Amino acid sequence: MRGGVTMNAQRLERSLRTGLRVLRAGLRGWGGVGAMAAVCALAVAFALLLPLTQPRGVGSAGTGGQGVAVGIQASAAAACRNPQDQSPEPSSLDGRTIEEIKSRADRRLVVGVDQNSYRWGYRDPNGGRSAELEGFDIDLVHRIAQDILGDKDAVKFKAIPTNQRIPALKDGRVDMIVRTMTITCDRLKDVSFSAPYFLTGQQVLAPKSSTIKGYDKTLDGKRICSAKGSTALEKLKADKAAKKPAVATADIDKTVPSQLDCLVRLQLGQVDAVVTDGALAASQAAQDPTVELKGNTFTTDYYGVAVKKGANDLAAQVNRILEQYRQDGDWQKSYDTWLSPTLGSESESAKPPVPRYK
Amino acid sequence: MGEVTVTSTSSAAPPTPGSPGGPGASGASGASTASGLPAIPSQGGRGPVPDVPQPPRRTAFAEGVDQLRAAATTEPGRLRIIGALLAVLVVAFGAVTAWQMTDRSSAADDVLHNSQPLSSAAADIYSSLADANTAASSGFLAGGDETATSRDRYQRDIRNAADKLSAAATNSAPGSESATTIARLNKLLSEYTGYIERARANNRLGFPVGGSYLRLANDTMQTRMLPQAEKLYAKENQRLRSDYADATSYPWAAIGLGVAVLGALVWAQRRNYQRTNRVLNHGLVAATATATVVLLWLVAGQSFARSGLGESYDHGIRSLNVLHDARIASLKARGNENLTLVARGAETVKLSDGDVVDTYDNNFRTEMTALGKGLTEAERLADDQPGKAPVATAVGGMEEWQKRHKEARAEYESGDFQQALARVIGDKGDKPTGECFDSVDTALKTAIGHEQTEFAQAAANGLDAMTGLPVGAAGLAVLGAAGAVLGIGRRLSEYR
Repeated sequence: MRGGVTMNAQRLERSLRTGLRVLRAGLRGWGGVGAMAAVCALAVAFALLLPLTQPRGVGSAGTGGQGVAVGIQASAAAACRNPQDQSPEPSSLDGRTIEEIKSRADRRLVVGVDQNSYRWGYRDPNGGRSAELEGFDIDLVHRIAQDILGDKDAVKFKAIPTNQRIPALKDGRVDMIVRTMTITCDRLKDVSFSAPYFLTGQQVLAPKSSTIKGYDKTLDGKRICSAKGSTALEKLKADKAAKKPAVATADIDKTVPSQLDCLVRLQLGQVDAVVTDGALAASQAAQDPTVELKGNTFTTDYYGVAVKKGANDLAAQVNRILEQYRQDGDWQKSYDTWLSPTLGSESESAKPPVPRYK
Repeated sequence: MGEVTVTSTSSAAPPTPGSPGGPGASGASGASTASGLPAIPSQGGRGPVPDVPQPPRRTAFAEGVDQLRAAATTEPGRLRIIGALLAVLVVAFGAVTAWQMTDRSSAADDVLHNSQPLSSAAADIYSSLADANTAASSGFLAGGDETATSRDRYQRDIRNAADKLSAAATNSAPGSESATTIARLNKLLSEYTGYIERARANNRLGFPVGGSYLRLANDTMQTRMLPQAEKLYAKENQRLRSDYADATSYPWAAIGLGVAVLGALVWAQRRNYQRTNRVLNHGLVAATATATVVLLWLVAGQSFARSGLGESYDHGIRSLNVLHDARIASLKARGNENLTLVARGAETVKLSDGDVVDTYDNNFRTEMTALGKGLTEAERLADDQPGKAPVATAVGGMEEWQKRHKEARAEYESGDFQQALARVIGDKGDKPTGECFDSVDTALKTAIGHEQTEFAQAAANGLDAMTGLPVGAAGLAVLGAAGAVLGIGRRLSEYR
């Protein structure tokens, strides 16, 4: 996987051949117009595949995916290269945002979380009246509340739908979002992020008995489930448009409102595989012993704590807290409690990502 | 008592007033044999032209027409024809009346004993399904170990829906639209219960995927099953309405024929009077009397039936439809209220004004609006105190529900999930919205029961108004026809 230069060269060659075939076919039928289209297709193929022939950067685990992601992101925000490295240096100084929080009558941190992500943020339905939210994200929230307000329970948890994470921050309905939120260039336009606190990537989930081995040819002709508006779906669409072998013939139209619904479809046999963040795929696998993660992650994503755009004091403060959280081993403890059983201790996610600040 | 005034018929027909020598009481005095021709051969006016040798035989029909034409030239012949026509008319009147009223009476009977119960059963299927969905979500919210109440309620609803579905299947014609709908519902029902059981099992294990199953089940119910159930309900209601239309349509053919019969009888008597100067012919009078009775009975019976059935429709069916719709709206609202807490923002919907809101909370509001409208309409339609009272209770319950829902929603928004949960499915002390829902539901069930009784009474009254009419009309018509025949025969015998 890693020494991918030769492999990538082969792939380039293959796509060149495909391109030529297209060119020939086009010339036969449609003359000039077809030729133009074929040339365009070829140009796109080059633009997308060129980065692959260069040596990979640090910490990237996937193969082909990264190149496309970079390509897409480059066109979306030319200036933004590594969105996870845009957070301010850690600081324990209280700025305007933190002072506002501390001076509240209801002295609590308002945090948007997910309440349906097993092991990340969920409520045990059998916990009775005292059932609290729990999970990896929730541990982090308690830690932040502890360090900023001196009370780990000084938190008001709000269930925020996936597509409401940014609007909720913008409208000031929440102080921060800790909800398996990937740091992306697009999102950086609307909100600020802390340094990354978790490394993950898109991954395939399928039944243990399935012939699917990962994000590769074994997905040929399979039905793949992803959540509406998710990074996974965008990636699938881009790869399908680029005729990547993994999804060229796969059916990617099976979308659902929430990623967990994919597990339902998988259990009902309505889809053959699920593509979502590895972290969330692991959360699904934890609820069904007959499914498992297949292959490695094929993109690199970082989760960050999102705050209102420009709330740099809060971001810096969170970065400081994260620094300590990693150092005193609490990050690891939380990982071992919630995620190790499904992600394992060998996973690239098993260690906290090393932050780089702006 | 007068003499036989022979109105010389226009044509050159030989006037042949039969010899008066009959045993007639008065004896037609000196029948002036106008022309010199003796009344020799044409006894009974049968043999048409005696002297002329018969031409080769023609078709029976042509011969019959000729015979008839020849008969019409003699008075006894005419009387025979008139008598026969009168008898046929009276009998036809009776027959048409019996036939049309049998139709209407059976349509009215269908309204009372067939289509209304079927429509009611369809409404039951609809509400049982909606209720099962609500009970399932309430039980789910309570945790993996759901309460016995919600489990029982769910099971009863599913059983009830299944029973009613199989009954409806028996009552529907194979291949009909209703049969297809029922078959589809049956299939979906097993799918639905499967999802619910999966949701329960996962909930017991503490897996959030249980919530996803519940949402899938809810989606199956709300977007696939309830529309089918609604279709079935609408179909049965349509049948009910068409039975109503059949039962209350005026029997114009019978009425028209009745008027024609009376006219013919009057004409025959007037003719009789003009020819014999005798005012009353007992037979014809009796025929007239029976025909009049049948006609009056027909019009009066049908009018009473119409008013009874009309009342059963206005005060029963319309109220029932509105109440059923309101009940479904309240059940859906409750289901959505529960789902809001199960889904916790898993699904959103974009409103026309661009706002993105929780799908289930949005559905809740839509259904509550429908419930409000339905209850206002039901209040307007309720025509007596026992009908108004439960609707008023339901309105009160709904207002309280909305108030409490707002409070529960505020708890939820402020992040206190447990408190919000308590305000929705908690104990009495928590003042949960569930209490209000129960009161609305109970009140609506009472109101539906009341309107059902109202309907049955009014419809039975309507049906009673038609009782005996078909048989009576037929019997009287036979009598009337006999009277007409006897009356004419009496007159005819004067010619023998």
